[in-house]
Amino acid sequence: MSKQGIGYTAGYIALILLGLIAPFFIYPVFLMKALCFALFACAFNLLIGYTGLLSFGHAAFLGGGGYMAGHAIKMWGFPTELGLLMGMFSGAVLGFVVGSLAIRRQGIYFAMITLALSQMLYFFCLQAPFTGGEDGLQAVPRGTLLGSISLADDLTLYYVVFGIFIAGFWMIHRTIHSPFGQVLKAIRENEARAISLGYDVDRFKLLAFVISTALAGLAGATKTVMLGFETLTDVHWHMSGEVVLMTLLGGMGTVLGPVVGAFTVKVLEDKLGDFGDLLAVTTGIEWFKTIGESVTTITGLIFVVCVLAFRRGIVGELAALLKKKSQ
Amino acid sequence: MEIFGVPLQAMLSQLLLGLVNGSFYAMLSLGLAVIFGLLNIINFSHGALYMMGAYGAYIGLTTFEMNYWVALIVSPLVVGAIGMLIERSMLQWLYKLDHLYGLLLTFGITLMLEGLFRSFYGVSGQPYPGPEALRGATNLGFMVLPNYRAWVVVASLIVCFATWYVIERTKLGAYLRAATENPKLVQAFGINVPLMVMLTFGFGTGLAAFAGVLAAPIIQVNPLMGSNLIIVVFAVVVIGGMGSILGSILTGLGLGLIEGMTKVFYPEASATVVFVIMVIVLLVRPAGLFGKEK
Repeated sequence: MSKQGIGYTAGYIALILLGLIAPFFIYPVFLMKALCFALFACAFNLLIGYTGLLSFGHAAFLGGGGYMAGHAIKMWGFPTELGLLMGMFSGAVLGFVVGSLAIRRQGIYFAMITLALSQMLYFFCLQAPFTGGEDGLQAVPRGTLLGSISLADDLTLYYVVFGIFIAGFWMIHRTIHSPFGQVLKAIRENEARAISLGYDVDRFKLLAFVISTALAGLAGATKTVMLGFETLTDVHWHMSGEVVLMTLLGGMGTVLGPVVGAFTVKVLEDKLGDFGDLLAVTTGIEWFKTIGESVTTITGLIFVVCVLAFRRGIVGELAALLKKKSQ
Repeated sequence: MEIFGVPLQAMLSQLLLGLVNGSFYAMLSLGLAVIFGLLNIINFSHGALYMMGAYGAYIGLTTFEMNYWVALIVSPLVVGAIGMLIERSMLQWLYKLDHLYGLLLTFGITLMLEGLFRSFYGVSGQPYPGPEALRGATNLGFMVLPNYRAWVVVASLIVCFATWYVIERTKLGAYLRAATENPKLVQAFGINVPLMVMLTFGFGTGLAAFAGVLAAPIIQVNPLMGSNLIIVVFAVVVIGGMGSILGSILTGLGLGLIEGMTKVFYPEASATVVFVIMVIVLLVRPAGLFGKEK
């Protein structure tokens, strides 16, 4: 193993250890939520960062997976693990349908089509009886794992969610570093050349899309099981924007970027109010107290700043800094 | 008289509603197409600027006692100026990058604008009274025509076709079309392309604001009115393709009519019918009705 390879392995082991001890210091429900979003963002990054496809409708797969898993567990009495698989499967099926349509157009149209189709799913979820409409799908039981381990305890569930996250992350990592992933990068860099080299570009794109949406569905299903409910928020286009922000902020096309981005955004949403109060106390300007209510405005501002001045994201900038130092 | 079990009167009034919606689709998709042609940017904030146009009229009335007709001129000018400010301060740095960054930036701007208006005005809709002269309705014998809605359709048609005329038939339009094809060469001929880009963006956003003022008396003015509309307009743009000005206008109006018809025969699907048509068009003619496959 090369020196760099050892470094990466050591880094990952350290992160896993950190994940294992984290719930003793931080509220596990918050961690689980952040992990679900991290998996969602990693799945999204497989498209934007490694295939060059901007899906602006990824909420459809998060929410679609969440609703299907919740419905299967609550109404059909599926065991939890089957319910999660159901969510993943729904994500894949939805992804296949949306993907097959969207890859018929390139670039900016791709983004618009995915956005429009996810909005269609939003209206469907708003009207369909099984989603509970505006009230959402309530009281989904957490159930037991493999019929024996109760998931009612937050700490137990945390390790299950952490396991799911690691599995999903590993799958994306494998995909990126496989020959298949190399072809995806070739498509991102120069689609015309990939075609002229004889690759069936559409099939590669579609497969990448389905892998991504399946994992987004899994993330949504896990989130539903963890919280015990699913609402329209998860299928709304704001959520599609949020996952773009997480990935952009953390670093598009970096393996760890989406994870960093997801945690940053979630901490920000959670702590923005406290931060505003703190600013109000220290500076004496009352206005800062209202920051907590204007999450949307702040999110938009971060978006603008990222696009204008910070396109590599947190992890991307760090990597560039390290590279500069080592030279 | 009835058509397929629907009274003619009800059908015609739904069709008129559809035509009104179609006018908004046409104006917004036209603006998107003109901006995309020259700037290569899909302006997500188009919906937010439409919302600002409506608020412009509302603020004009409540704060400055500005009447509807003045607002119809002033609000687009103000929003257009804001648009030009956005173009000069932010968008101009993105022209050399991938299209996607333009979409992401304007998406961020949308969130900011929506968030700001929400924190000032709340989420509930504000009523805006239409002009005195256009209150009431005219009885045409076969249907009752609400005057204001008729005015919306006429005004938007005039604006749309004026735009088409300027771009396709005048010298200024010729410069614009040339700059769309090859900005460097046009600049070499001594035409100030960056200025033209700025004015085009300003015009597109002003058009969105004009649509917003027209919409203000019909729908409740609220901060989210734009984003709900812009996603439908994106579908309209996908259906029509952005290659043709006339194509955008026709597609917008046509889809509005189809939506109106759907409301008569199958109301549950009226929110999604445009998306369904988009799917069909993608299957049958992926480049869009008026698009050319590049």
